[in-house]
Amino acid sequence: MSGPVAEIKEVSFSFGTRPVLENVSLKIEAGDFLLLIGPNGSGKTTLLKIMLGLIKPWQGRVCLFGRELGSFRDWYRVGYVSQKATGFDARFPATAEEVVLAGRIARSGLGRRLGAGDREAALEALRVVGMEDCRNALIGNLSGGQQQRVFIARALAGNPELLVLDEPSAGLDSRAMDSFYAMLGKLNQAGITVVTVSHDIGAVPGEVNRVACVNRRLVCHGSPARVLTPENLASLYGMPVSVISHRH
Amino acid sequence: MFEYEFMVRAMLAGLVAGIICPAVGVFVVMRRYSFMADTLAHVSLAGVAAGALLGVYPAVTTLGFAMAAATVIEKLRSGPRLYGEAVLALMMSGGLALAVVLISLSRGMSIDIFGYLFGSVLTVGPGDLWLIAGLGCAVLAVIILFYKELYYISFDEEAARVAGLPVDRLNFIFVLLVAVTVAVSMRIVGTLLVSALMVIPVLTALLVAGSFRSAFITAVFLGVVSVALGLTGSYYLGIAAGGAVVLTALVFFVLTLSGKQLRQAWQRRLLAPGAPKKVKEELVTGDGS
Repeated sequence: MSGPVAEIKEVSFSFGTRPVLENVSLKIEAGDFLLLIGPNGSGKTTLLKIMLGLIKPWQGRVCLFGRELGSFRDWYRVGYVSQKATGFDARFPATAEEVVLAGRIARSGLGRRLGAGDREAALEALRVVGMEDCRNALIGNLSGGQQQRVFIARALAGNPELLVLDEPSAGLDSRAMDSFYAMLGKLNQAGITVVTVSHDIGAVPGEVNRVACVNRRLVCHGSPARVLTPENLASLYGMPVSVISHRH
Repeated sequence: MFEYEFMVRAMLAGLVAGIICPAVGVFVVMRRYSFMADTLAHVSLAGVAAGALLGVYPAVTTLGFAMAAATVIEKLRSGPRLYGEAVLALMMSGGLALAVVLISLSRGMSIDIFGYLFGSVLTVGPGDLWLIAGLGCAVLAVIILFYKELYYISFDEEAARVAGLPVDRLNFIFVLLVAVTVAVSMRIVGTLLVSALMVIPVLTALLVAGSFRSAFITAVFLGVVSVALGLTGSYYLGIAAGGAVVLTALVFFVLTLSGKQLRQAWQRRLLAPGAPKKVKEELVTGDGS
C-alpha cells in the first residue's frame, strides 16, 4: 500500500476559548498498532474525532488513505468503536447480530437492503471476537466485556483496513483486558492498522508497536521503548510515572 | 357495521394510522422524541384553524404547518445552547397559542375544533380517505427504504456518521415523516391523542421484543389490532372512536406489563430456596424460557 493510512497535519482545536489541541501532526502507517496516551482532558478523544471527521478542526487538515476528509467517501475502510459504545442505551431492543449487521451499512450503500452476504459477514465478525453463541442475545443483557466485543465485531463487519477504538479497555478487568489486547494484536497481524486511546498508561500492552503521547501538543511519538522513558512521561503527566509493559 | 360506508372508510383510514403511527413511533421512542409527536400535533391544530380562516382544505395547511414546525425544531435542536425538550415545549405552547388566536379570528365559521382535538374518524370522506391512504403509503415506503439507516442513527448516531451516512439529512427526513404521520392521524384519534398511538404500541412491544425487528413488527401489529378493536367497540358501545382506540392500546400495555411481572415473580419464587429442585434446574438451563 502506498502512503500513510491516516495523516493529521498541524491540527488545532479549542472548546470555546480553552485550547484542546495545538498544532498536532501525526502520521499513521499501514500495519501500525498505535496507542494514544495522555492524561484526562489532554485531547486524545478530540484528536480521534477530528481524524474521523466527527469534529471539524479550527486549523489543519486530515487525510485518510491519501484523500482529504472532505472528499473521502470510502468509509467502509474505517471501523470505529466509540467510547460511548460501553455507555449506550442498554434498553435498546437489538440483538448482538443486529448490532453487528449495522457495521455492513457503510458497504451496502444508502437505501439498499442487507443480503445474505452481509449476514454471513456479520456472523464471521462475531466468530472472530468469540461471540457467535450470543448472536441472538439482546445487547443489554450481555456483560460489559461481551458488549465491547460485539461493538468491535460491528467495526470489523465491514472488513476495515483501519480500526479506531476510543478507550476500549474502560470497564474491563485486567484479565479481560489482556485477552482483549491479544485479540487486537491478532487483528493487527492480519493486516489491520489499529489506533486506540487510553488514559491508563499503567499498562501498555505488548502488542502495541507505536505510542503517541498527547497533552494538547504531541509530546512524543515513536516505538514504546523510545517513547515511554521516565523523562517523557514526567513531562507528559507533570510528575514521575512508571510504566509496566505487558508481554504475552 | 360495515353496511355503512362511513364505517368502512373509518376503518380503512384508521388502519392506515394503525400501521404508520407505530412504524414511525418505534424510531420516535428509541430516539427519545416522544414529545415531538405531541408538539407537532399542537402546531397542526394551528394549521387546521389557518385552513378554516383562509378557506383552504385543512389537511393541506395542517401538513404545511406540521412540516414547517418539524423543520424549525430540527434546526433549533441541532443549534447550540438550546435544550432539546425545551425547544419542544416552546413549539408546543407556541403552536397552541397560535391555534387559539386563529380560532378566535375565525369565529362564526364552521370549524369543528372538538373533532380535531379528539378525532372525527366517522366523518372521513372519500377524498380524505384517498389523501390519508396516499400519504400513509408514502410514509411506509420511506420507512422501508431507510429502515436500516433509521435503525442505525437511533442506536448510535456517531457510529452512523463514521459509516458515512448523511445523518443530518436522514434526521430531517425523519422529522418530516413524523410530521406527515401526525397530520394523517389527527383525523383518526385527534390532536391530543395522536402521540399515544405512536408511543403506546411501541412501549408494549418493547416489553416482549427479542430483537429490534420483532419490536417493529409487534408494534405495528398492536397498532392495527388496537384500531380495529377500538373502532368496533366504539361502534357497538356508542363511544368516542379516538378514545376507544387509545384505551384499547393502553389495555394491551397494562396486560402485557402485568403478565411480564407475574412471570418474573413466578420465576423468582421457583428459584428461591425450598422450591422443587427439578423445576429449578429447568429454569436455570433455560428450558423454561
